[in-house]
Amino acid sequence: MSGAVASTVTFREALREGLRAAMAADERVFLMGEDVGRYGGSFGVSRGLLDEFGPQRIRDAPLSESAFVGAGVGAALGGMRPIVEIMTVNFSLLALDQIVNTAASLSHMSGGQFHVPLVIRMTTGAGRQLAAQHSHSLECWYAHVPGLRVLAPATIDDARWMLAGALADPDPVVIFEHGSLYAREGEPPGPGPVDLAHAEVRRAGSDVTLIAYCNGVRIALAAAETLAGEGISAEVLDLRVLRPLDADAILASVERTHRCVVVDEGWRSVGLAAEVSALIMEGAFYDLDAPVARVCSAEVPMPYAKHLEDAALPQPERVVSAVRGLGLGPR
Amino acid sequence: MTAADREQRLHLLSEMLRIRRLEERCIELYSSAEIRGFMHVYIGEEGVAVGALQALTPDDNVVATYREHGHALVRGIPARSIMAEMLGRMEGCSRGRGGSMHLFDAGTRFFGGNAIVAGGLPLAVGLALAEHFRREGRVTVCFFGEGAIAEGEFHESMNLAALWQLPVLFLCENNLYAMGTALERSESQTDLPLKAASYEVPAWSVDGMDVEAVQQSVRRAIEMIRGGGGPCFLEARTYRFRAHSMYDPDLYRGKDEIAAWRERDPIDSFVARLRTDGDLDDPALGLIEAAVAEELDDAVAFARAGTLEPVEQLARFLYTEAVP
Repeated sequence: MSGAVASTVTFREALREGLRAAMAADERVFLMGEDVGRYGGSFGVSRGLLDEFGPQRIRDAPLSESAFVGAGVGAALGGMRPIVEIMTVNFSLLALDQIVNTAASLSHMSGGQFHVPLVIRMTTGAGRQLAAQHSHSLECWYAHVPGLRVLAPATIDDARWMLAGALADPDPVVIFEHGSLYAREGEPPGPGPVDLAHAEVRRAGSDVTLIAYCNGVRIALAAAETLAGEGISAEVLDLRVLRPLDADAILASVERTHRCVVVDEGWRSVGLAAEVSALIMEGAFYDLDAPVARVCSAEVPMPYAKHLEDAALPQPERVVSAVRGLGLGPR
Repeated sequence: MTAADREQRLHLLSEMLRIRRLEERCIELYSSAEIRGFMHVYIGEEGVAVGALQALTPDDNVVATYREHGHALVRGIPARSIMAEMLGRMEGCSRGRGGSMHLFDAGTRFFGGNAIVAGGLPLAVGLALAEHFRREGRVTVCFFGEGAIAEGEFHESMNLAALWQLPVLFLCENNLYAMGTALERSESQTDLPLKAASYEVPAWSVDGMDVEAVQQSVRRAIEMIRGGGGPCFLEARTYRFRAHSMYDPDLYRGKDEIAAWRERDPIDSFVARLRTDGDLDDPALGLIEAAVAEELDDAVAFARAGTLEPVEQLARFLYTEAVP
């Protein structure tokens, strides 16, 4: 990262470096959102950037999600490359109109005349005892919408480099940053760039495919480690891009392993895991040796108490248990 | 009054007539089921768009609502292109994907055609924010109905534009009814400029039935904005003579009220004023009407002869296409 040579960096630092590089590379880029400037970002991602780039380009916005997201759409139409930060996906519901009815629709609705090169970053996910209004995983709401590209970084490398690709995209991109990942440390990022189309195998395996994204990748990798101790070889596929889904990579992996568990922090009903399962059913039905299993969040608003929150969320043990349910575990 | 002044006044009249007659054709085409979906006509309110748009340059930005046929036409989208859009043809200004409520045109910087009440306000703020960075001399004019004032986006946008001193004119077309809900039945405070003024935005009202008064007021507002004064809010008091949309049985207002407003028809009253001032006689009016009729005959024929986009191209334009 900038300055000192660190042996490891955090996910947060990688995101910040991505922001800094994007701001430095293109003067049309600016960051706008609640507390991105003086406060340093509600999760500290933009800390220090105000001093470097000034209040024009690191722009604190009042608490008016719909107006500042819509202003991002308008500024993008006016020739800028805005990055809008929304504090959490829960708060983004206040801006859903601007994202769905305007940003995602404008190109098609105008017969291809107008384009919205807007990047929206928002925090998602639970695990920090923030309860029901700061913890939900509503990625699938956005992944449902034609006209958007939806990104879900799980690694330091993607945290560092996905933003550059998103800014190069002429259409609106939503990036989900999982709150539990910000403080995670890892190897410094590679030299980039990264592509914004493909899922990535994070651990190769031959007996079962664990499909995940964001913090789910960490959970799937932990489960794969446990499973390895039981002689089960699990492949971990990081979706990375939630819209459009990389169907080829999903089907290719399942065709190799013949079994699949989808790990999704969203609620189980009508969610991303359901979509991935349907896709596998349609494209790899005859390759399956067992029904696709899903490990999702319990269908309750996220509770505050630690033991209840833990119980509501996908955990490595639940993934391991789901794999055993596919007829692979010790009998 | 100079010849140029007379020319300009006849232009205002001609523009109002173009809108009125275009929409009358649209109603006919709706009756014959050539136009479908929701269609909202602007009849009675023409003085607002015509007066307002005179003050803009081609570099300025326009954001409008779903009642935007008139704004689109006066801004410079050809009647042919609008009519083809109404008929869902590929030659339409949104290639048949928008219809009546979503007219778009990049060439004239006409950013729609927004059918979410108040949805265009944040967009306009953003266009003005881009100007704040780019300094290209563009002003953004955002049209919206008084119904939008009840939405949070009005208040959020007013605050943001004032806080950042952005070059945007919020032009409220107050036709007294949000669909069927009268202003006094939906707002605790019906003094609309007062609401804008609470955000430190200069705000005043104008008679929206008087095209010249609107022109003058908008000129003044645009001058203030171009001079770096930040946003302005203008309430144009107007009235729609027709129902909200083609589906609306218009049960919520009295015939007497409609008749009283029709007495103040922006076209009839302007014609009377022009005659009094000696700027218009029957032959001159006949010439204008004939030119408008000819333009619209051509537009309807063009639209009817237009092509339907092949269904294979349904998914085009969802994302930006690479330039070959």
